[in-house]
Amino acid sequence: MRPGSGSVLVLTLLAGLAAAGLARAQDAAPQACEVPPYLLSTESTLPKVAEAVKNARPLTVLVVGSRSSTILSSENSAYPARLQAALKEKLPSTPINLSVELQTGKTAEEVDVGLIKLVEAKRPTLVIWQTGTVDAMRSVDPDDFRGAVDEGVAALQNAGADVVLVNLQYSPRTETMISAPPYLDNMRVVAQQHNVPLFDRFAIMRHWNDAGDFDLFSTFHGTDMAKRVHACLGRALSKFVLDAARLDQAQQN
Amino acid sequence: MSSIADPVAGTSRSDAKAGDAKAAAASSVPAIALPVAGERELRLDLFRGMALWLIFIDHLPTNILTWFTIRNYGFSDATEIFIFISGYTAAFVYGRAMLEAGFVVATARIMRRVWQIYVAHVFLFTIFLAEISYVATRFENPLYSEEMGIMDFLKQPDVTIVQALLLRFRPVNMDVLPLYIVLMLFLPIILWLMKWRADVTLGLSMLLYALTWHFDWYLTAYPSGFWIFNPFCWQLLFVFGAWCALGGAQRMSRILSSPVTLWICVAYLLAAFFVTLTWHIPQLSFLMPKRIEQWMYPITKTDLDVLRFAHFLALAALTVRFLPKDWSGLKSRWLRPLILCGQHSLEIFCLGVFLAFAGHFVLAEVGGGALTHALVSLAGILIMWGMAWVISWYKHSADKGASKTKNTAINADMTGGSA
Repeated sequence: MRPGSGSVLVLTLLAGLAAAGLARAQDAAPQACEVPPYLLSTESTLPKVAEAVKNARPLTVLVVGSRSSTILSSENSAYPARLQAALKEKLPSTPINLSVELQTGKTAEEVDVGLIKLVEAKRPTLVIWQTGTVDAMRSVDPDDFRGAVDEGVAALQNAGADVVLVNLQYSPRTETMISAPPYLDNMRVVAQQHNVPLFDRFAIMRHWNDAGDFDLFSTFHGTDMAKRVHACLGRALSKFVLDAARLDQAQQN
Repeated sequence: MSSIADPVAGTSRSDAKAGDAKAAAASSVPAIALPVAGERELRLDLFRGMALWLIFIDHLPTNILTWFTIRNYGFSDATEIFIFISGYTAAFVYGRAMLEAGFVVATARIMRRVWQIYVAHVFLFTIFLAEISYVATRFENPLYSEEMGIMDFLKQPDVTIVQALLLRFRPVNMDVLPLYIVLMLFLPIILWLMKWRADVTLGLSMLLYALTWHFDWYLTAYPSGFWIFNPFCWQLLFVFGAWCALGGAQRMSRILSSPVTLWICVAYLLAAFFVTLTWHIPQLSFLMPKRIEQWMYPITKTDLDVLRFAHFLALAALTVRFLPKDWSGLKSRWLRPLILCGQHSLEIFCLGVFLAFAGHFVLAEVGGGALTHALVSLAGILIMWGMAWVISWYKHSADKGASKTKNTAINADMTGGSA
């Protein structure tokens, strides 16, 4: 046990109790990974998603991401699968088709090349694009990175899909080796320019680490923690998507 | 809103123009004027010491002390202060050498200094290698299997280490010294030009800055990417520091003391503070007009954005105005640790980088809550202070035996040395 973690634990428990009291309708979460509302609020909207749900058409979601969008050898516990489950639960009358296209080891620019083909093949309502990690690891010029994300988002929008951007993971162990801030900043800029919701995975995970929900410094070897983190991410992402599509209130009534 | 930032960007330019005009008027006097010798500018030491502490804190994971660093309250951060003061002191020391002993001797001394910084950089790289090799073999969290790919360079040390020696492979947080090495390499030319026409030199530096922005020049790095601090842009601060040291500051004093400058600076700093507030409190971001956001972002550190430079200028102008050279506080016991650190900046800078690695390591191995994080930062600062004290003890007591003539040479170099 660490010094200080006791008080954090108590606080977390209190926060968890308070949250549970407010949101009794939801099933008991195995992990108290609350996300402060400001990290899940966005001005940008997802009109295509809203339209599909309102007209009871199937919702096709395509997740494009790198290796941090999956857990090796347990894909079904990764956040895309959790997102699908959460969406199905929240939108019982809407069929949800979610597929994942992993672009392992590719920079945003390299993903751009195949993006249009993917969209033409799947015709998604919503594309969730997780990017930035590979670019940060290869320290691609942030300007080039911004240009690539910009181009990709524009292409997706032109192809008629709503877009949600997902940024890097908070990874304290590699902080001395990977410089995330320029890539986080540039993704925020692109999101603003295209009026696209940005799911701030970095800030959310850092919040969990600071609040004591997860010890992301841990050298834990098993996949257990990865599964729990992804479960929380999937749930938070589902809230974020519904909120951006302005569907949350309608569904809860 | 859009009028807040615009006039300031304009002012920095018109300031420079005013300076040029004044210089033209006084072109009969020698191009550079050195300040009175012998007296140390304690303000420089103070702020360089502060910059060193802030850089150290910013290199650690976020903790309570992070909230005391200036990057949270405006566009510029400690790096600007460090590079500016480095330019100032380097020009001050080696400029004198160039006037007294000539171009060749001054260049030789500068090159010795460059070598010292290079060796320091390689030393830090070795420590870094040791740290991440350790982490790479122990750490195996499936959540971060992608991020751990960054260790792959360990698989080909033949290439990596050679690239590190060529300053092309630099781990995170080790970008300042290579920038400093490049800037110092060009110091002889800068000083030689300054001796001829200080204002023209500053003008050329601005031209290089503008051309770099226009043509997007940069230095490539290994395995891909570019230098995090673009020397073609950051040279502006260094040369500006040198220009101030060689009489520019005196010639600007009328502009600096004018109330108009004061109010422009205050307005700009407040505007910058408000903008940074919207980063920390996203709920406020609705107050930011979209137009301005699109015009302003991203505020690049790599290319020393004009907004950052202007922010540093405003801070510096206010500091010079409200903190006189002979302020009694500079002699106070409480500021002594900062000044001591500032006087041995190369050593303390390297120590700070090392302590940041060590701090990360301790936090990762021992783990820790907010308290441990803050304690690690505090302990690091105490160690930096202690080390600065030991170094100055060496200089003043342990090395007393050296002969008189040798001593003066060492002293001249050490002052620059701590640049």
